[in-house]
Amino acid sequence: MQTDDLDFEGYTCPLPIQQRETVVLGHGSGGKLSHDLLTRLFLPELGKAAPRALDDAALLGLEGARLALTTDSHVVAPLFFPGGDIGRLAVCGTVNDLAMVGARPLALTSAFIIEEGLPFETLQRVVQSMQSAAAEAGVFIAAGDTKVVQKGGADGLFITTSGVGSVPPGVEVSGANARPGDVVIVSGTLGDHGIAVLSQREGLGFETDLQSDVAPLNGLVAEMLAAGEIHVLRDPTRGGLATTLVEISRQSQVVIELRQEAIPVKAQVRAACEMLGFDPLYIANEGKLVAFAPEKDAGRILETMRKHRYGQEAAIIGRVVEAGSPQVRLKTAIGGTRLLDMLPGEMLPRIC
Amino acid sequence: MKYIDEYRDPAKVHALLDEIRAAVTRPWVLMEICGGQTHAFLHHGLDEMLPPQLELVHGPGCPVCVTPLEQIDRALAIAARPEVIFTSYGDMLRVPGSTRDLFAVRAAGGDVRVVYSPLEAVALAEAHPDRQVVFFAIGFETTAPANAMAVLQARQKGLKNFSVLVSHVRVPPAMEAILGSPSNRVQAFLAAGHVCAVMGYHEYPPIAEKYRVPVVVTGFEPVDLLRGALAAVRQLEVGRFEVENAYERAVTFEGNRPAQAVIERVFQPVDRKWRGIGVIPQSGWGLRPEFAEFDAETRFAVGEISTQESPLCIAGEILQGLKKPLQCSAYGKQCTPQTPLGAPMVSAEGACAAYFRYHKGAQA
Repeated sequence: MQTDDLDFEGYTCPLPIQQRETVVLGHGSGGKLSHDLLTRLFLPELGKAAPRALDDAALLGLEGARLALTTDSHVVAPLFFPGGDIGRLAVCGTVNDLAMVGARPLALTSAFIIEEGLPFETLQRVVQSMQSAAAEAGVFIAAGDTKVVQKGGADGLFITTSGVGSVPPGVEVSGANARPGDVVIVSGTLGDHGIAVLSQREGLGFETDLQSDVAPLNGLVAEMLAAGEIHVLRDPTRGGLATTLVEISRQSQVVIELRQEAIPVKAQVRAACEMLGFDPLYIANEGKLVAFAPEKDAGRILETMRKHRYGQEAAIIGRVVEAGSPQVRLKTAIGGTRLLDMLPGEMLPRIC
Repeated sequence: MKYIDEYRDPAKVHALLDEIRAAVTRPWVLMEICGGQTHAFLHHGLDEMLPPQLELVHGPGCPVCVTPLEQIDRALAIAARPEVIFTSYGDMLRVPGSTRDLFAVRAAGGDVRVVYSPLEAVALAEAHPDRQVVFFAIGFETTAPANAMAVLQARQKGLKNFSVLVSHVRVPPAMEAILGSPSNRVQAFLAAGHVCAVMGYHEYPPIAEKYRVPVVVTGFEPVDLLRGALAAVRQLEVGRFEVENAYERAVTFEGNRPAQAVIERVFQPVDRKWRGIGVIPQSGWGLRPEFAEFDAETRFAVGEISTQESPLCIAGEILQGLKKPLQCSAYGKQCTPQTPLGAPMVSAEGACAAYFRYHKGAQA
């Protein structure tokens, strides 16, 4: 074969896309692009007065009490998926964001953006599902708004919920509070929601009996707070556990080490991820939390969690090994080590 | 999980590592051909568990990485057309062309869709007779049979609105290009198991003989990778250079004959430009003349598009194993998975992306 004229040294690369001129879907993935958008565009303009802007909810002092405030928009296709729907998601998402700063949720608001042509029957089912999730979480919908846009102006139905809650005295939970000696606990199996939704997407059509884990976690959190000292709570939604832990390691300036074999993942989720080229640690959850607690309290907290319906498969998956330059390390099942980073952008299936 | 867990068994992994340590007496340079193997080494932290005498260099077997820039620009031009539904495997969306990527085309209103199989693109063409459906047919011998099958189905269905933008590449000519280069350092190959599942390994004995290198057909799980490395080391240590199969559960000498027949029916070997390497004779597949009507390049008249590239990236040297990602001055600085300068940083299978995700980049 003739290879003399091949220029191995002369390789050049495509020009970088250093700064995009438009928003792309990856900016909403919950990963690094989302993080960049937040820290480079939103926070400098809008976040100047917001303390702890990187936690799931803001804390506001009010005549001696502490109020938690948060908001979340929900878009999901399809609107109904195994184990849940956009209505349950919209209530649980905001309830959980409040719970993740240790707050007791009080009330939500709900704003609907509806594409014309949406069947009333669909809307009715969504609203009923919201009510049943709110009842389960012990919150009420205090105010709402509706806008209708023309066909093509939205994908069926978007729901934005905001919520307020009260933080009990003595509770100090923040992504910035992880410290050496803390153990890392997850409340159950990872990736169930993301894979359940994905299994319904056009073109994928793999069959699974997997259900989304979408659930309100405020009840579980209340029992955990009663069982012991908790430093960090976070629900690993978009971007998955890995992205969430990288965020916490940066907020707290700590090194976190996980043991792969301790991380609970359902066999169906593992299989789907193997097939599609995904990593369960980057798949979204909507009814799971990760907690950091001092070792002395961890056993009691874990025991409490396992008695709760949303924490039966809770497990200790790692620990904070030291303070310092933020890093999340994974000890692989065969004894190797690799680093975990944030999800870069949109999660893309691999070619082969 | 059956068929996976037994190949990730820590006891078997450590036994194989012991055998490799016992077998190695000198430094050796092994190249794993396939990007999937590179990722598996790093994903499991296996690269750092190997004895220090063994150096792994990461081969060109990442289809996303070697697709030439002008082909990406052609894809972008086609995808931006209002009548087109542009379909692609997922990881091609992030590969930057000269000025933008498929994400940006989609954000600007282009109809870009990720498919898992080219047959989905054929179904889209049937469902949308008023639109032009184009599939970006990239990849090695692994994706070629399904892509060829899509063209056959489109013909059978009489579809006039389906076409493929072809950028297929073949492994054996790339191996020869690497071995024939004056700067070659590779002393043994771990051949790409998935490619061999389709093609068999009857193409390799002449290469092993001519360049005096061991070639070991190797799978993708930790036990598979270590069995491949062990077989290669044992050959190197005694001066043998044979073709061996360490992925028997998936690969036969002949390979998948029906799949090969489908490829041969639709494609013929053509000279192909590899990003970072240049044109390698007969190293790609192009549509046979009788399937020319399905060629998106002519249908949309994009053949003339040419490009300029950044001089910073050393992807060419990385893709043929001369340098490691960490030796690139742009690695982790100008070049990250969000803002890739070169294709190895783009794909999930790219060597740079593998390093960045699993190892050494990753700091804020």
